[in-house]
Amino acid sequence: MSVIIFTEIDNGALKKSSLEAVYYGVEVAKMKGSTATVLAIGEASEAELAKAGSFGATKVLHANDARLATGNIQAYSDVLASAVAQEGSEVVILAKSSLGDAVAARLAGKLKASIVSNVTELPDLSGGFKVTRSIYTGKAFATVEMKSDKKIIAIKKNAVSVVESGASASVESFSPALKDSDFAVKVTGTHKASSSISLPEADLVVSAGRGLKGPENWGIVEDLANALGAATACSKPVSDLDWRPHHEHVGQTGIKVSPNLYIAAGISGAIQHLAGVNSSKVIVVINKDPEAPFFKAADYGIVGDVFDILPRLTKAVKAL
Amino acid sequence: MKILVCVTSVPDTTAKISFTDGDTKFNKAGVTYITGPYDDYALSRAVELKEKLGGTVTVLNVGEADSEQVIRKCLAIGADDAIRVNCEPKDSYFTATQIATIAAQENYDLILMGRESIDFNSGVVHGLVGEMLGIPSLSPVMKLEIDGTTAKMTREIEGGKEDIEASLPLVLGCQEPIAEWKIPNMRGIMTARTKPLKVVEPVGEDLTVTEKFTLPAPKGACKMIAAENAEELIALLRTEAKVL
Repeated sequence: MSVIIFTEIDNGALKKSSLEAVYYGVEVAKMKGSTATVLAIGEASEAELAKAGSFGATKVLHANDARLATGNIQAYSDVLASAVAQEGSEVVILAKSSLGDAVAARLAGKLKASIVSNVTELPDLSGGFKVTRSIYTGKAFATVEMKSDKKIIAIKKNAVSVVESGASASVESFSPALKDSDFAVKVTGTHKASSSISLPEADLVVSAGRGLKGPENWGIVEDLANALGAATACSKPVSDLDWRPHHEHVGQTGIKVSPNLYIAAGISGAIQHLAGVNSSKVIVVINKDPEAPFFKAADYGIVGDVFDILPRLTKAVKAL
Repeated sequence: MKILVCVTSVPDTTAKISFTDGDTKFNKAGVTYITGPYDDYALSRAVELKEKLGGTVTVLNVGEADSEQVIRKCLAIGADDAIRVNCEPKDSYFTATQIATIAAQENYDLILMGRESIDFNSGVVHGLVGEMLGIPSLSPVMKLEIDGTTAKMTREIEGGKEDIEASLPLVLGCQEPIAEWKIPNMRGIMTARTKPLKVVEPVGEDLTVTEKFTLPAPKGACKMIAAENAEELIALLRTEAKVL
């Protein structure tokens, strides 16, 4: 009845979203009176992986074959399937991400497992195994019963409130056999933005829209983001106009974020944009138009000129 | 080039979401249905590839009879024929089973679909189909070129993108800017009426059951801060909202 948590390594460290998944998985194991094992694939030090212990894990399986350096979907799903078999796991937990979704989907195909994505809370085990998921891009929720023996749950950011214990986990090397066919897909180049904070992982996000009038004005957005330690984001028109890269576009057809704080500057708040941000804990809207629909979805609002307000907020943050 | 494009029929992105029958059913009243926006990108790229390299584009929808208007629109945009699996797609594994069952009957070089449906947003059907067919799956793909039997792609990753090469056949979840959306012209709309649309019955069963739907709790009133006191916001975020 054990639980396994699939985690991702980025730059030698376990991703923050993955550590949240570890905490979630350990909580599920406790509810079932069972144990939880973490699987980490890729290059990371033992000390770094042992940090999963602070999120409740006792054991980390570490697969570190050189061929697993890039996020290879087929190979990763085979490694995960081997770990599930070794541990006799019934429940697989992971944080939703482009790699996690892909790996989890293939695992579901291998195990004939039920798979539910965008889960927002711990499961309800009082009658069957029920989870709550976000649907219609954050506009509603569904309570879903998972009926198969094997279950895969991809959680949304902030699905659980993490309490760190400071404990460490034991790390075991894990080297399942890999098939050549797992490596049929070749990654020939990777282009990553130099900014250190990834948007889907960020607790704080500063986002801007067409109200900024042009890409040359993004300095004031970046300054506030840097002062806060926030990621930057943008609306769809801004990405369509190529003012900002596509991976910063939040909304219905872009990235969906659920940070603790989302600051929107010069974004009117079309329903498609709101869909991508409406599960943020706190939303701040800064717009010169008092009738901007975004104010209806905001917790705090300032009617004013973004070119005046943003630099003043940056100054106020730096003064903290 | 033989391409299968899987499309969803989903509520328009501006639709007001509500439920009926004691919050157990989606309320379709007054809702306009559209082709999934990501599926539209997949279809547009498929038609572009057919125009360039020759071949056929088949549209597949797992859906009930009311999704036929979306299917006809796909045919008007340039697909050659269509298959509808007659059931409500409620579970990812079940939906993928329908697609893999159809795909296994023909040798498709490419199976394209949107990165996710905009109703359930799971983004896992392409991976499931790839596994069921024993071929690679990739998503979200934002660029796709075909060179002989090799596909050259760009996939979005967190904070950037990666270039990928793989041999056909492949299952791909697509997103912008893989192609420009195509709009059907009058000739397309006329010919779509007579293009073949085959209806088949589903196989297998759902592994998940949705018990009930809920709407998010309504947002409280927005606290307005005067522009001249904008700095107050930072203090409020710290002491009141406790997010800084």
